[in-house]
Amino acid sequence: MKFIKNIWQALSTPSKAGVGLVLALGFAGGVIFWGGFNTALSLTNTEEFCIGCHEMNDNVYQEYRETIHYANRSGVRATCPDCHVPKDWTHKIIRKIAASKEVWGMLTGIIDTREKFVAHRKSMAMREWKRMKDNDSRECRNCHNFEYMDFSEQGSRSVKMHSSALASGKKTCIDCHKGIAHELPDMKGVPGWH
Amino acid sequence: MNKLIVAVLIFGLTGSVNALSEGVKSNNGGVESLRGSAELDVTRGADKLKRVLKDREPIDRNYVHQPPVVPHQIRGYRIDLNSNKCLSCHGWKYARETGATKISPTHFETRDGMTLSDVSPRRYFCLQCHVPQVDGKPLVENEFKAVDSLTQY
Repeated sequence: MKFIKNIWQALSTPSKAGVGLVLALGFAGGVIFWGGFNTALSLTNTEEFCIGCHEMNDNVYQEYRETIHYANRSGVRATCPDCHVPKDWTHKIIRKIAASKEVWGMLTGIIDTREKFVAHRKSMAMREWKRMKDNDSRECRNCHNFEYMDFSEQGSRSVKMHSSALASGKKTCIDCHKGIAHELPDMKGVPGWH
Repeated sequence: MNKLIVAVLIFGLTGSVNALSEGVKSNNGGVESLRGSAELDVTRGADKLKRVLKDREPIDRNYVHQPPVVPHQIRGYRIDLNSNKCLSCHGWKYARETGATKISPTHFETRDGMTLSDVSPRRYFCLQCHVPQVDGKPLVENEFKAVDSLTQY
């Protein structure tokens, strides 16, 4: 009994050095944890990580390599996370948590062959289109800012649509620019398509 | 007479020697194409790619029933079983809104002249007839003129 009392005594009236040590350890631990967490998070936010799985490397990545966001005159690229992961922290964390389902998909092999991938393409595409539509194509606008579009530099067809449908907010980028980085599923019944 | 024979022989010999040396110079049988001659065992360097012209007004046709050419860029416009990007503007559903030229009713006809409710499969692949334009110079002189009914005086 006396033993427990002694321990309680020590815990409830710690020495100044003890308090300092605990605080210092906590601080250091916090820095290490937070730094490690962010490092790990940004590691999962690279193209190498995305195409580390053959599902991404053999399908979407190969398709994307022919498109303007991969090969273009100025050499500026948009990599996987630029379009598929939000930039700001809150939305990024939400997306990352949602992406744990994709890890499950990888483990269960839901799209582990080309045939399965193609069969599954429409539902995956529609999910991504909906995400972009709901956030007003936020990831597109990280680079393509409407405020700074110079209509005199755009083609006449682009000007016509951007100055009306996009300017009024009636439509957002993804409404018209589907399939710009990957092949499309069967577009029957999708608005704006034959 | 002897002199004539000698002259003919010399002429013939120099001719065949000439032919021989020409044969050594080129191994493609002396065939010259419009883009220059190329040795059979050498891969000729590719010409520079020409740039597709940017948006412009519709380009006049030169004869009746000519498929109009495409007066704009079409990079990344897929036409396959799943999707047809051209019809997103030129299809009848969208032509009014986008201001694009409507595809003609002939695109709905089968080869027997029966009109279908949608684009006929034989007319679905736009680029078989309608092609974008590059700023290329003709390889040979061309004096083609549009028919009278399509020419403005």
